[in-house]
Amino acid sequence: MRYRLPALVLLAAATLGGCSGGVLEPKGPVAAAERLLLINSTAIMLVVVVPVILATLAFAWWYRSSNPRAVRSSELAYEGRIEFVTWSIPALTVVLLGGVIWIGSHQLDPRAPIAAKAAPLRVDVVSLDWKWLFIYPDRGIAAVNQLTIPAETPVSFRLTSATVMNSFFVPQLGSQIYTMGGMTTHLNLLASMPGEYPGFSANFSGDGFSRMRFLVKAVPGSDFDAWVAQVRGTGAALDEAGIADLAKPGTAPPTTYRSVAPKLFERIMDQTVAGRPKAAVGPPVPQEVR
Amino acid sequence: MLGKLSWSAIPFSEPLPLISTAVVVIIILVALGIVTVKGWWPYLWREWLTSVDHKRIGVMYVTLGLVMLLRGFADALMMRSQQALAVGTAQGYLPPEHYNQIFSAHGTIMIFFVAMPLVIGLMNFVVPLQLGVRDVAFPVLNSVSFWLTAAGALLVNVSLVIGNFARTGWMGYPPLSGIQFSPDVGVDYYLWSLQISGIGTLLTGVNFVTTILKLRAPGMTYFRMPVFCWTALAANLLIVAAFPILTATFLMLLLDRYLGMHFFTNDAGGNQMMYVNLFWAWGHPEVYILILPAFGIFSEVAATYSGKALFSYRSMVLATLAICILSFMVWLHHFFTMGAGANVNAFFGIMSAIIAVPTGVKVFNWLFTMFRGRIVLGTPMLFLVGFIVTFVIGGLTGVLLAIPPVDFVLHNSAFLVAHFHNVIIGGVLFGVLAGYNHWFPKAFGFTLDERLGKASFWCWLVGFYLAFMPLYVLGLMGMTRRLQHIADPSWRPWLLVAGAGAIVIFCGILCQIAQLYVSIRTRERRRDLTGDPWNGRTLEWATSSPPPAYNFAVLPRVETIDAFWEMKQRGRRPVEASYETIHMPRNSPTGFITAFFAVVTGFALIWHIWWIVIVGLLAAATTILVFGWSDDREREISATEVARMERTQVGLGGAR
Repeated sequence: MRYRLPALVLLAAATLGGCSGGVLEPKGPVAAAERLLLINSTAIMLVVVVPVILATLAFAWWYRSSNPRAVRSSELAYEGRIEFVTWSIPALTVVLLGGVIWIGSHQLDPRAPIAAKAAPLRVDVVSLDWKWLFIYPDRGIAAVNQLTIPAETPVSFRLTSATVMNSFFVPQLGSQIYTMGGMTTHLNLLASMPGEYPGFSANFSGDGFSRMRFLVKAVPGSDFDAWVAQVRGTGAALDEAGIADLAKPGTAPPTTYRSVAPKLFERIMDQTVAGRPKAAVGPPVPQEVR
Repeated sequence: MLGKLSWSAIPFSEPLPLISTAVVVIIILVALGIVTVKGWWPYLWREWLTSVDHKRIGVMYVTLGLVMLLRGFADALMMRSQQALAVGTAQGYLPPEHYNQIFSAHGTIMIFFVAMPLVIGLMNFVVPLQLGVRDVAFPVLNSVSFWLTAAGALLVNVSLVIGNFARTGWMGYPPLSGIQFSPDVGVDYYLWSLQISGIGTLLTGVNFVTTILKLRAPGMTYFRMPVFCWTALAANLLIVAAFPILTATFLMLLLDRYLGMHFFTNDAGGNQMMYVNLFWAWGHPEVYILILPAFGIFSEVAATYSGKALFSYRSMVLATLAICILSFMVWLHHFFTMGAGANVNAFFGIMSAIIAVPTGVKVFNWLFTMFRGRIVLGTPMLFLVGFIVTFVIGGLTGVLLAIPPVDFVLHNSAFLVAHFHNVIIGGVLFGVLAGYNHWFPKAFGFTLDERLGKASFWCWLVGFYLAFMPLYVLGLMGMTRRLQHIADPSWRPWLLVAGAGAIVIFCGILCQIAQLYVSIRTRERRRDLTGDPWNGRTLEWATSSPPPAYNFAVLPRVETIDAFWEMKQRGRRPVEASYETIHMPRNSPTGFITAFFAVVTGFALIWHIWWIVIVGLLAAATTILVFGWSDDREREISATEVARMERTQVGLGGAR
């Protein structure tokens, strides 16, 4: 009940323009917990903020110089009891929020595995100029700009960048995390129901940044196995030449690869893979980006 | 001979920047022509360009800030229109390589060349007057500071027509800003203009910390200083502590770019996260360098226009100092999403939330200052009310972003963009505009038009809500920042509303220009002959409007907080008129000439014209040395001259 108003305000705001899969429409436990945290914290703070706004407007209006009914005392410059209250209110609010922050940070740590019946699926993510490469190390396949995952199965991501910094983000599944060259970050997400959820880079990475989008396809577990089998049977293999091709600045249509060169993720991480991208901003941008 | 510079640096193929620059250049040439024909050059040189008077320098800072606001706002209009147009299959009118320069320039200009000059300008003008002294500690250094800031601003604008500006965002994160991914001169323009203006800002910090600690009117103990001086002290301490970090960070990036080093590269052991850490170790204190003086302005405004002393002066000071220290302990909240562990994220999240405590106390204190007051709802007071209402919303969303798991879904989103515009427009800019309306009569001797002032306030307020509330919504809908193209057509209605908001803000800016114009035209009717048009409380209102070069013929003797108010309450003339010879610093072209060579050197560094770099550096160093070896730095104003000037002025020591 306490949260009904702020929740309604936020939801109304998000739905007015037609739903487009934002952070208020979670499709997984991480995103759902983050939305709850967002709404709870907003509610806690509105308890203080709304009265302050109303009091400001009321004081400014009532104590205007032309109001003959206002009681004035120009001497009121200090009052211990008021002082006590003015420090206590924000302090208590922050104590409450501090607890929320501590517990939330630990429960929703991007590294923390997600408890579920199914064993986690491992996916390695590489950001390139300006596309996303998803490697399935346990299945030996890969895909560009489309991330197919089984629903109700935790997905454990390892992420790096073959180029500048990017941020891997699927708003409806929850937490984003940066991808950085020469470094690995970790993220765990879960899609609770089948569906298609947009993902993109949330950190500016150059001229093709706005188009650096991908689609997450969460499918039922059995469909996922069928998809893996189908990918294994079609498409090209992702070898040295293939990765050099992907590293060239530009966008790319969704593609799948039936096999992946061994230790590709590790070698991209170590910067030892061939065909490293050169200047991403200097040369003319490929036509498809425009 | 000319390094990388050639005719191809001028974008003849891009009409938009070329035409807009041509218009600006023509306006500047016409202005210079008028100055020449009218024979104003000697006056300008003597009274302004070489002036070391803190009041003149303050006015020049504010002018620079307002002019650059127009440039930064033009960028904003282009961004809003591009995002409103380029939805779905439409591409808009700005290709990525152009759009990316615009948002990078917008951020850089608004922070470094609008907000900073406006805030520093008001501090320059007001602080020595409030302290009851005749100038800052190092007047010539003050002039150097201003001209170096102007030099940086000039270089940023040169990038419009010669070469290009950075396409990296205003934070310039490597490796995108490294030589591998940004081989052109854009990032160099960004780095060198900020290095040059950053030195100016650091010198300002040194100057004002010294001034506030060492130069105060007799009797003005620390706890009798006006709150604005306290906030200025805190802001300048932050400048002294934080700006060297930025300079060192940029220096490392410059070494990467110019000498092929590997501080922040992907390879060879470079660590790009180090840049992000260092950048925000400066960047978060920077936020408080801007907002603390705005808090100070609002404290003065709240007390003056409520006809009451500020509620709980001591807790206001305590809160200011608490924010000053805490602001250095929260930088990691700018990158919770880079994979730090839960303990680290939780620590920085809680520290960030703790800053809300002293800030909340300040809000309550302003509220209780208004409580039972006699409120005059003039333009500055309207900005105060608009500020409190807007700022608490910005504070709320700020604390939301300080919660790491919430930040995981809102980091870099339009929600974040809305949040920091909420606190920078609703806080810093509203504060500066309140201060501008409040202190204008002190600077120029006549008040600003109230009707147009209020109109500009309402346009700014309504425009702000229209422009940025949709961005909060868009952020929740999953829109990230810096998008040149919008994939989701359902976002368009919100983007159109945001664009309309930008137009309303534009009306606010037009109202301000009209306000200035009308006020100058009707200045004879609006002369402030008392020196105290608002029934002020602090010492700047104890002297005439505008104050004489020496501010106070006889330094005031301070016995309480709100010194001038107390003097008026006791009904006695503040100071007896027995004048003595006053020593004032002589004007000096050091600042102007040094900055001229700084521009030349910066430009040459950007284009790798090494011989000009050497010549420029030597010339700038020589200018400083020549000043250092001169000993004719003071002029005397004799007692009879002071007496003559005071007879023609009203205010402290004059006929009342």
